[in-house]
Amino acid sequence: MAEIAALPRPGPAGPIDSPDALLAYERSLDCVHCGLCLPKCPTYLLTGREPSSPRGRIYLMRSWAEGRIAASERLSAELDFCLVCRACETVCPAGVRFGEMMEHARDEIGRARPDRAAGGFPRRFLLHFLLPSRSRMRRALALLRLYSFPPLRALLRPLLPKELRRREALLPRVPARLARLPELTPAQVGRRGRVAILRGCVTESLLPETTRATAAVLARNGWEVVAPEEPPCCGALHAHFGEIERAQALAKATIAAYEASGAETMVVDSAGCGSVMKEYGALLARDPAWKGRAVYFASRVRDVCEFLVERGFEPPARELRARVAYADACHLLHAQRVSSPPREVLRSIPGLTLVPLPETELCCGAAGIYTITNPETSRALLDRKVEILRKVRPDYLANGNPGCLLHYAAGLRGEGLPTNAVHPVELLAKAYEAPGR
Amino acid sequence: MTASPLVRDLLRMLEPDGVLCEPEDLLVYECDGLALFRATPEAVVLPRSTEQVAGVVRFCAARGVPIVARGAGTGLSGGATPAPGGIVLELARMNRILDVDAEDRTAHVETGLVNADLSAAVRSKGLFYAPDPSSQFASTIGGNVAENSGGPHGFKYGQTVRHVLGLTVVLNDGSVARIGGPNAENPGYDLVGVFVGSEGTFGIATEAWLRLTPIPPFVETLLFSFRSLLDGCRAVSEMVAAGVEAAALEMLDDRTIAAIEASVYAAGYPKEVGAVLLVELDGTREEVEAQAREARSIAKRCGALATSEAVEEAERARLWKGRKSAFGAMGRIAPDLYVQDAVVPRSRIAEVLAKIGAIADRHRLRLANVFHAGDGNLHPNLSYDARDADEVRRVLQAGEEMLRACVEAGGSLSGEHGIGLEKRDFMGLLFTEADLEAMGRVRRAFDPQGVFNPGKVLPLRACRERVPAPAEEPVAP
Ligand SMILES: Cc1cc2nc3c(=O)[nH]c(=O)nc-3n(C[C@H](O)[C@H](O)[C@H](O)COP(=O)(O)OP(=O)(O)OC[C@H]3O[C@@H](n4cnc5c(N)ncnc54)[C@H](O)[C@@H]3O)c2cc1C
Ligand code: SF4
Ligand code: SF4
Repeated sequence: MAEIAALPRPGPAGPIDSPDALLAYERSLDCVHCGLCLPKCPTYLLTGREPSSPRGRIYLMRSWAEGRIAASERLSAELDFCLVCRACETVCPAGVRFGEMMEHARDEIGRARPDRAAGGFPRRFLLHFLLPSRSRMRRALALLRLYSFPPLRALLRPLLPKELRRREALLPRVPARLARLPELTPAQVGRRGRVAILRGCVTESLLPETTRATAAVLARNGWEVVAPEEPPCCGALHAHFGEIERAQALAKATIAAYEASGAETMVVDSAGCGSVMKEYGALLARDPAWKGRAVYFASRVRDVCEFLVERGFEPPARELRARVAYADACHLLHAQRVSSPPREVLRSIPGLTLVPLPETELCCGAAGIYTITNPETSRALLDRKVEILRKVRPDYLANGNPGCLLHYAAGLRGEGLPTNAVHPVELLAKAYEAPGR
Repeated sequence: MTASPLVRDLLRMLEPDGVLCEPEDLLVYECDGLALFRATPEAVVLPRSTEQVAGVVRFCAARGVPIVARGAGTGLSGGATPAPGGIVLELARMNRILDVDAEDRTAHVETGLVNADLSAAVRSKGLFYAPDPSSQFASTIGGNVAENSGGPHGFKYGQTVRHVLGLTVVLNDGSVARIGGPNAENPGYDLVGVFVGSEGTFGIATEAWLRLTPIPPFVETLLFSFRSLLDGCRAVSEMVAAGVEAAALEMLDDRTIAAIEASVYAAGYPKEVGAVLLVELDGTREEVEAQAREARSIAKRCGALATSEAVEEAERARLWKGRKSAFGAMGRIAPDLYVQDAVVPRSRIAEVLAKIGAIADRHRLRLANVFHAGDGNLHPNLSYDARDADEVRRVLQAGEEMLRACVEAGGSLSGEHGIGLEKRDFMGLLFTEADLEAMGRVRRAFDPQGVFNPGKVLPLRACRERVPAPAEEPVAP
């Protein structure tokens, strides 16, 4: 039998000339191969396969950067299978920066294999066509709203092929009227300063209640709120899916809009957007003209609950009797390490009971456009959540990320469960308004 | 990709996603927690049942295809490194808890179950699974059984072998045998004792009956800081001598503390001290308080700089998570980490630590120490870069010298990480030819053809894998 000897590891075959590959390579060296991240990774939990674990993916990225494997179909499929939920970062004692590594590796491999792009046409349509333009987004959502009209949907749905019908079940329902937020909401009590909020590419139309609640809660606590019309999108999904150049362009537009707004803090009610904005410094690190501005901007970004707790907020005086389960959004818990502020906000509401929810650190499968790119896995993770919620049966499921809220809502709707998926600030806003509703 | 005949046959026994054979997939299985040893398998199989395991084993054994079992691949001695030309049998999908008997305090589980998941599942019944390797949030019961893993609390509760009542094992002809059983007393040969610690060379364990332990009514974790490891070691010796019945006695040096405090597991250990000693006491409140008084006065006598204690569960968990992430946290210092695992009599810890420090210096290597002080199980950690061939050579050389120093002091080759590939050729330091031959005979009784984890644990001569005449087999270097 062949003997296995202890061998040094060959480094890269030659110089790594692409900055993306080099960055992924350097990050991959932080991993000591201890395996502690395995059981926290949703794709490993579902499959038990090492290549679908964080350690396995890092090994693949490292081996690819070293030239041991090519940018093959199998490699890009495995990278696309990752939810970039970053649960692996929260448990990694070596401080591996997995998200950053993955974004850059995807970008580089995407360029080497233009044919790959999991999610195909729907993904490109969304990332390249809809998200970068607010007017196109609005028109698309108007169409979707039309489709959400029950009689029409009942008529059209049976005509869809089976494959599409399953995806259709996860389509968000668009609320009846578009609530346009004014560009400026004045502070309700003694003005403490001005903050900017994000209209968001989808939140404003799909979850108008959330954006409105965010503005209302801030105003109620003495903040003047600006909501700039542009840019249409912060580039979070683009960065996430390794479309770095597009993400960079949107990041610059977001920074410029913030600078022009005269706000002291950028307050974000979308965990996914907040996490990318807090990392603009890294995203624009190679652009000397923007680096400094990006780093400063990133330091001014706060999740809305984080902001409320940090700067102090008025606990509601009136009761809101409800059982609420808080589900961590990956991009809040793992990417931003924000876990107690949303809970503090909820606990401040008299009459509200915060019920424990198992597996709250596990991804729900929404993960940006993962519902489009990997519908099966997305569904499997959602089913797992719904199963737990069926047992816990809270009145509200609170979560700080629009994508997750829509995903949970689809799952709850499908099962006919009485639970409503809401952002924590919506409950706070409700408590401020109570009674009378 | 066109499947090899082996893969086609395996596919007949498992579902399509239960066999991996693409080069990218095989690549990531080339090593376990000790990445210095690497070899590519022919295929990886992921069975879901004992029957599937038996089918795969019967098939492979009949064709002489080597089989290497794998749990979470956190092993640190190369135990799960594939055998060239063989398959990796990954048990991660067999992770169900089949039954818990709270009254008899036993659990019946599949061996791919993650250690910490068992404790979490039986917690509401006031029970826990005592063996707590620092890798417990990832490593599997099967891996723990194969390595006879210990952990900080092994000092009081003993290593894995004391907590295994029975096993379902797949033997090398594909037959399924139960050894031991759900009860504490099993007549006949103690095959469980033989199997535990066999490092995947006797067969594949697919199910286990495990002993559960009642959660002690009161637990307190004391943290003492010292100017030096030496002072700390003295305190440990005196505590043990004075009859302080600690559940765990763990020591961390300044470099380990710095690495942990820079990580997400920052536990609030005091910085700028030479060493930290964690002492955990459990039992009734009165017992714990009396022992804590004793421990405090001894620590003070031995020059403790500061003391703090934690009773709250969350606070204690934080102190332990810090300790248990030490290995990973060291990853911040250099790309790779080598953890030596050796045992010395408690009375000689200080002396051996000094030698270990000198060895690291001589080889220009960065050393950090973290160890189970209660049972003299040392873990010198060497940071290095696996791409630097000279540094790799120095690490291996230093590792060997450290082992020799431990054995010379009357110690042993491994406390808990096993022999695997890494220490196979050092077995001669501790055992005579006759000793090794006795072990080889037991191994051949289980696996005459040498299909299970070949090339591991015993020097090639002693295990006589597929070689009928031992005298003709060259002695491995
Ligand atoms: C951060 C870290 C901390 C650690 N701390 C400790 C510690 O405190 N104490 C300690 O003892 N160890 C420790 N270890 C070492 C390691 O975690 C243990 O050896 C563990 O038991 C390995 O389990 P695994 O599931 O990862 O097994 P693997 O690494 O996958 O396999 C280990 C061995 O077991 C065999 N095996 C696996 N499953 C089976 C099965 N079902 N049937 C038969 N053979 C099988 C394999 O062939 C291999 O030889 C640590 C490792 C790391 C990375
Ligand atoms: S926990 Fe961190 S260091 Fe350990 S294997 Fe995972 S990524 Fe690597
Ligand atoms: S980001 Fe999430 S899915 Fe991807 S490897 Fe890490 S834990 Fe797994």
